Amino acid sequence: MATENLVYERPVAFTDTPTHYCPGCTHGVAHHLVAEVLQEMNIIEKTIGVAPVGCSVFAYNYFDTDFVEAPHGRAPAMATGIKRVMPDRIVFTYQGDGDLASIGMGEIVHAAARGENLTVIFINNANFGMTGGQMAPTTLPGMKTSSSQNGRDVETQGYPIKVAEMLSTLDGVGYCVRRSLHDPKNIRLAKKAIRIAFETQARGLGFAMVELLSTCPTNWGMTPVNSLKFVEEHMIPAYPLGDFKVSEAIKGIKI
Amino acid sequence: MAKELWKGNEAIAEAAVRAGLEAYFGYPITPQTEVLEYLSRRMPELGRTFVQAESELGAINMVYGAACTGVRVMSSSSSPGMSLMMEGISYIAGTEVPAVLVNVMRGGPGLGNIAPAQGDYNQAVHGGGHGDYQPIVLAPASVQEAIDLIALSFDLAEKYRAICMLILDGCVGQMMEPAEMPEMKPIQRGNWDWATDGKMGNRKRRVLSSIYLDPIEEEKMNLRLLNRWRTIEENEVRYKEYFLDDAEIVIVGFGTAGRVALSAVREARAAGIKVGLLRPITVSPFPHKIIEQLAGRVNAFLVTEMNSGQMLEDVRLAVKGRVPVEFYGRMGGVVPFPDEILSEIHRMTKSKLSADIHPRDAWLDRMAHI
Amino acid sequence: MQKEIIISGFGGQGVLFAGQVIAYAAMDTGKQVTWIPSYGPEMRGGTANCTVVIADHEIGSPLVKNPPLVIALNLPSFDKYEPMMQAGGTLIVNQSMVDRGAKRDDVHVIMVPCNEIAEEIGDKKLVNMVAVGALLSAVSEVTLKDIEKALEGHLPARHKHLLPKNYEALKRGYEYAQREWDKVPA
Repeated sequence: MATENLVYERPVAFTDTPTHYCPGCTHGVAHHLVAEVLQEMNIIEKTIGVAPVGCSVFAYNYFDTDFVEAPHGRAPAMATGIKRVMPDRIVFTYQGDGDLASIGMGEIVHAAARGENLTVIFINNANFGMTGGQMAPTTLPGMKTSSSQNGRDVETQGYPIKVAEMLSTLDGVGYCVRRSLHDPKNIRLAKKAIRIAFETQARGLGFAMVELLSTCPTNWGMTPVNSLKFVEEHMIPAYPLGDFKVSEAIKGIKI
Repeated sequence: MAKELWKGNEAIAEAAVRAGLEAYFGYPITPQTEVLEYLSRRMPELGRTFVQAESELGAINMVYGAACTGVRVMSSSSSPGMSLMMEGISYIAGTEVPAVLVNVMRGGPGLGNIAPAQGDYNQAVHGGGHGDYQPIVLAPASVQEAIDLIALSFDLAEKYRAICMLILDGCVGQMMEPAEMPEMKPIQRGNWDWATDGKMGNRKRRVLSSIYLDPIEEEKMNLRLLNRWRTIEENEVRYKEYFLDDAEIVIVGFGTAGRVALSAVREARAAGIKVGLLRPITVSPFPHKIIEQLAGRVNAFLVTEMNSGQMLEDVRLAVKGRVPVEFYGRMGGVVPFPDEILSEIHRMTKSKLSADIHPRDAWLDRMAHI
Repeated sequence: MQKEIIISGFGGQGVLFAGQVIAYAAMDTGKQVTWIPSYGPEMRGGTANCTVVIADHEIGSPLVKNPPLVIALNLPSFDKYEPMMQAGGTLIVNQSMVDRGAKRDDVHVIMVPCNEIAEEIGDKKLVNMVAVGALLSAVSEVTLKDIEKALEGHLPARHKHLLPKNYEALKRGYEYAQREWDKVPA
């Protein structure tokens, strides 16, 4: 009888609710990695998630943890409120680039500057997904979106914001890296980064953020496979992968 | 406990601490800043949470987050800062979590000035944030009342899972008066069945949100809030009466405008005029019933406010046109002196009052000299 | 009974504290009292003032339009409040800082060289207490003793060593004003 190897299992940190994400969107992958990490660290019971406004607005339906739903961009402030009164809980925000890098830039910068013990999962897919693919602060130069129909003109519409690099300059930040979700190898690296970001919080080592380059096949108007290629060929050159800040204490974390 | 001389803003801060305040989030703005400053020392001293947020937006959402865990949480601000908080206020109302907020009002609109005003009555009482919701709004007129109402506001906010807001003007915030502090209450977290504080012990997970994508579900939520509001209206109306027993003219004023009117009432009484004062303490829920009752036995009302007649409309709704309602207001940070209100009382006793012209229009004509 | 007092001067002349001391004394002797400052940018280097209302009933307005009692520690305050005074009221003027006499004859204007008296005692900061002492010559509801007790009871411990000089300033101001009153024809 042939032996079968279990290669995939639905994480227990997930509820039974099917996700609403589009086919080929990497939000599902990112969710999965977070759920696996919560399970592996055995912190599901004490985790409180903060959902954003954007495509991942319904994140609270998918994780089997307590969850709150923040106003657009304010997740880091809401998470600050929770974590400060419940310092022994694990609090994470899950935010897209419209939420974190546009309307919520003030909240994320100051949560990072204060060194809040929070874990932030930041999905960078270069556009506003939920409202139908408008230009985001992360939209690439020349990229066509529904609100930059002639392609993003940096002369009039400004330049992309490199969030991970920017936040890494702040002293309150313990861990700040960028990973990509476009192939299995990078997904494994992303998971490891997410694990370290939660370990950073569990050990009280300061603010931790993982920026994840993600796809948006629907709004980009590409097949899922082509959108993965787009991440590799266009997103990564503009948003280099790497560790922008890893404090000494965090470097010593063994997982 | 003996009386001490307390500044309004600092008294509010200490009273909140004694009521079991576990977390405060705020941002500096005159004339409210002493609340923030005082708590920056007092909260850490007690091992409690104090954060000076990056903005009022940050502050209100920190309040929102902490409120979701079920702790006693508060923020304070002044008019322009409250405008910024309106987003979070609507979310907090929609999520049905308790929070206490303090608005030390100043002259507006816009940047305005930092002088005492009551121009945020409508914003506080009749919404301000989007959607259908009503916060409980209390209007203290003295330092002692501010202390007493802070303690009450935490209880009310928790009892009704609602926002309880204190609106006071810069006068009450900046004024010092002898006042007595309540005893320090120990921190006691309620054992709420809604708080998102981690599903420890493997309880069922909880989600707190203001999203009801299905309109029918949102409407059910709206109805739930309204039914709760009906209970609040039945049980929580508060006001103070002065010289109403034989009054022929009744002044209605809240906060500083109310206490300035008290001086005028005393002088008018000394001159033999039968005038009384009704000072609403809850402006939301509004004391409709007592005004309706008074309308059946007095000759006229005079509404005095430090705005353009925002509460005036609520008084008129209660009076239902049965007797004339007159108005006297000062705006922009100007505090009326008692003699201004006294001369309004004299005017009302001497001239025939008309219900045909809107009291605000009549007042506006009388203000032409400014 | 109700008495309203306005104390006005440059920021740094101890205007707000002078009002607070009177408020403490009123509170300690069982009276109702309010103290309210002018606040905000106008206090940065400009004139500052506070209003104290003392009464034996619930106080209405904490502000007063025509005060019966005023301390003016500088010329701008003298100019501002002299016309606003209630007829028959008492205006204590810091003579050291003004170059004119009274314009009104229906107000008791008492000129007191507060700076000189304070300097004689050995502390320029006591200008406010000299003026408060002078004001008490026109107020029967709060006595010199009440103010002394209030200072003793409410001055922070680190300032307690300043009490004797404060008492002296109050007394000198009071006595100076008394002598001025004696000059007023009956």
